[in-house]
Amino acid sequence: MPEPLHTLHVVSGKGGTGKTTVAGALAMALATGGRRVLLCEVEGRQGLAELFGVPPLQGDEERRLVRTPDGGEVRGLSINARDALMEYLATFYRLGLAGRALDKFGVYDFATSIAPGLRDVLLTGKVYEAVRRRTRGRPHSYDAVVLDAPPTGRIAPFLNVHEAVAGLARVGPIHSQADSIMQVLRSRRTVVHLVTLLQDMPVTETLEAVEELGPTGIAVGAVVCNMVTPTPLTPEALAAVPAEPRLDVPGLDEADDAALAAEFADELAALREEHACYQRLVPAGRPLVELPHDPAGIDRAALLTLARALREQLPEEVA
Amino acid sequence: MTLVTDPARAGGHRAWGRPETTPFLDVDALLADRDLHIVICCGSGGVGKTSASAALAVRAAEQGRRVVVLTIDPARRLAQSLGIEQLDNTPRPVAGIDTSAGGSLEAMMLDMKRTFDDVVLAHASPEKAEQILGNPFYQALSTSFSGTQEYMAMEKLGQLSAELGLDRGAGRRARWDLIVVDTPPSRSALDFLDAPEHLSSLLDGRLLRLLLNPSRGPLRFMSAGLAVVTSAMSRVLGAQVLSDVQTFVAAFETLFGGFRQRAEATLANLASPHTTFLVVATPERDALREATFFVERLADEGLPLAGVVVNRLHGSAVALSAERAWAMAEDLPEDGLEALALRAHATRMHLVERNQEAVRRFCATVPGLALTTVPALPGDVTALDDLRTVGELLAARDG
Repeated sequence: MPEPLHTLHVVSGKGGTGKTTVAGALAMALATGGRRVLLCEVEGRQGLAELFGVPPLQGDEERRLVRTPDGGEVRGLSINARDALMEYLATFYRLGLAGRALDKFGVYDFATSIAPGLRDVLLTGKVYEAVRRRTRGRPHSYDAVVLDAPPTGRIAPFLNVHEAVAGLARVGPIHSQADSIMQVLRSRRTVVHLVTLLQDMPVTETLEAVEELGPTGIAVGAVVCNMVTPTPLTPEALAAVPAEPRLDVPGLDEADDAALAAEFADELAALREEHACYQRLVPAGRPLVELPHDPAGIDRAALLTLARALREQLPEEVA
Repeated sequence: MTLVTDPARAGGHRAWGRPETTPFLDVDALLADRDLHIVICCGSGGVGKTSASAALAVRAAEQGRRVVVLTIDPARRLAQSLGIEQLDNTPRPVAGIDTSAGGSLEAMMLDMKRTFDDVVLAHASPEKAEQILGNPFYQALSTSFSGTQEYMAMEKLGQLSAELGLDRGAGRRARWDLIVVDTPPSRSALDFLDAPEHLSSLLDGRLLRLLLNPSRGPLRFMSAGLAVVTSAMSRVLGAQVLSDVQTFVAAFETLFGGFRQRAEATLANLASPHTTFLVVATPERDALREATFFVERLADEGLPLAGVVVNRLHGSAVALSAERAWAMAEDLPEDGLEALALRAHATRMHLVERNQEAVRRFCATVPGLALTTVPALPGDVTALDDLRTVGELLAARDG
């Protein structure tokens, strides 16, 4: 089994676009042929546990979320800034009693809540550590790491940890940690995928995120259009259908034909709107993936279907 | 063969959406209640809170209320329609409102940082304010702390409601008599209630009290502990950072009392009969589960709840079941318009059934709670006329 093209996949998207679902499906798509994939979340919402229908992920456990039908596995990690800070301090400083005192006085909560950029550097630091295990030949290493990242509005500052900690630490261990993280994020191994709906606001935010990520030097991968209305109509066929179609369905009277036609006209208008949104994404020059809306909701079967769609549409990425 | 095309049932989703045993949420009656001064729209992200609150505000204004609507993060085109594209943190009159019933509408978009800055400027001496505003910890707190947006929405609500003049009694005509609040976009509806508390407890935590007054109160015995803490912090963060923290904390001291007081006052205001909450949800499992949590939480806190708005409910004016539509499509040429329309209808009917089932289950978990539905509309809600349409649908008992 060859290595995946990228070892760190960061998945962002406007709130409500289903980025957690897409991150889950991408992790499953990557976990083929015996590969091990780590799926991380950083917002403490237990979205991964909910998505895979497993009990909440706690502490630093990397529990298996799913074994894929083709022999791979996806493990989940819920990264928490407070735990990461304690772990970080334990690794770099021997604080002993002072460490406990810090906890008692709420220093960890305070620091991870409002120290500028510290939270982000801690969260990305844990992801960085998981990515590095493989190159260092450490145990529990993964073939790929997928990060269910903060929403598009915050993604550039979140990943640009170097900038973020500039105000906090100009030298010292936090600064050099940020340097190393930034190096991995800017490397060929890392890519950011943006999830969107084919609607005005999410598309606008996606295009803005592509712009904002440019100067950070972090590569943007695919733009994933989620919950696309499935239709047998190709764009050309859609363009050929009149806006107000007249129908003559055998067995329906005139009034029913008219009602069905009106409903169909609305569906067509919605499809045209989606298509127009899709066209706005084309100039961004990123591979565009379309994932169909599943009215039955998202369960494991739906995730597998989405994973398959990702594999088909991004063969280089997840082959 | 005649299917249902009775206009009274056209868009019959309304009748299907709300189970018979569930009371109707009469939005017009709510808006007509002159003792009601604050309506807060809550719900998880992506359910259409902003357009629902804007639609309510427009409807109330055109029915004669003097309304101000506080929006948090409106879509650009909606913001344009309301005339609030620029973020200046001040209510502006909305053009194009029918004021013949004596009402008016002003709108504003929350500027979180500016609201926070204003609080600092209003409550600290100029010298201290300058120290606070320039402090990196304050800047992080006021721009990126996850609870700040909720806290500042509450703060702004407090400021707007002070202008209602409820405590000044009758006789003075206030600039507005109804405040409609949209809440910050968050995954959970509960964040609106939880986040301010989170911020208060952070600013009121043991660390800060210790850093402020190490020699006073029961904590004086802990000053040995303090030395350990500060020396550990300066080892890890460096002396500069520690001094930034101390400046921040010292400068913030004067504000702490004010913060707690105002948070308490705003909450007390919310528990009054002048206020009501509306929960907005879409007819999907996750959004409705969030709504259930929120309904329970409001009950726990003794906060008033008017009811639930189920937004974007799918319906159909064509009473042709999914199965029949599929069967009819089978007999037609595959790529003909008729077959396409029938298949699209079949897919829609599946969605309609799923929506109905989700709403039915939700209603069973919150018996007696009033509900209204808004059908899914083709296209985005952006223009004033769209808001009027949503308002009408919100208020309509049947489709």
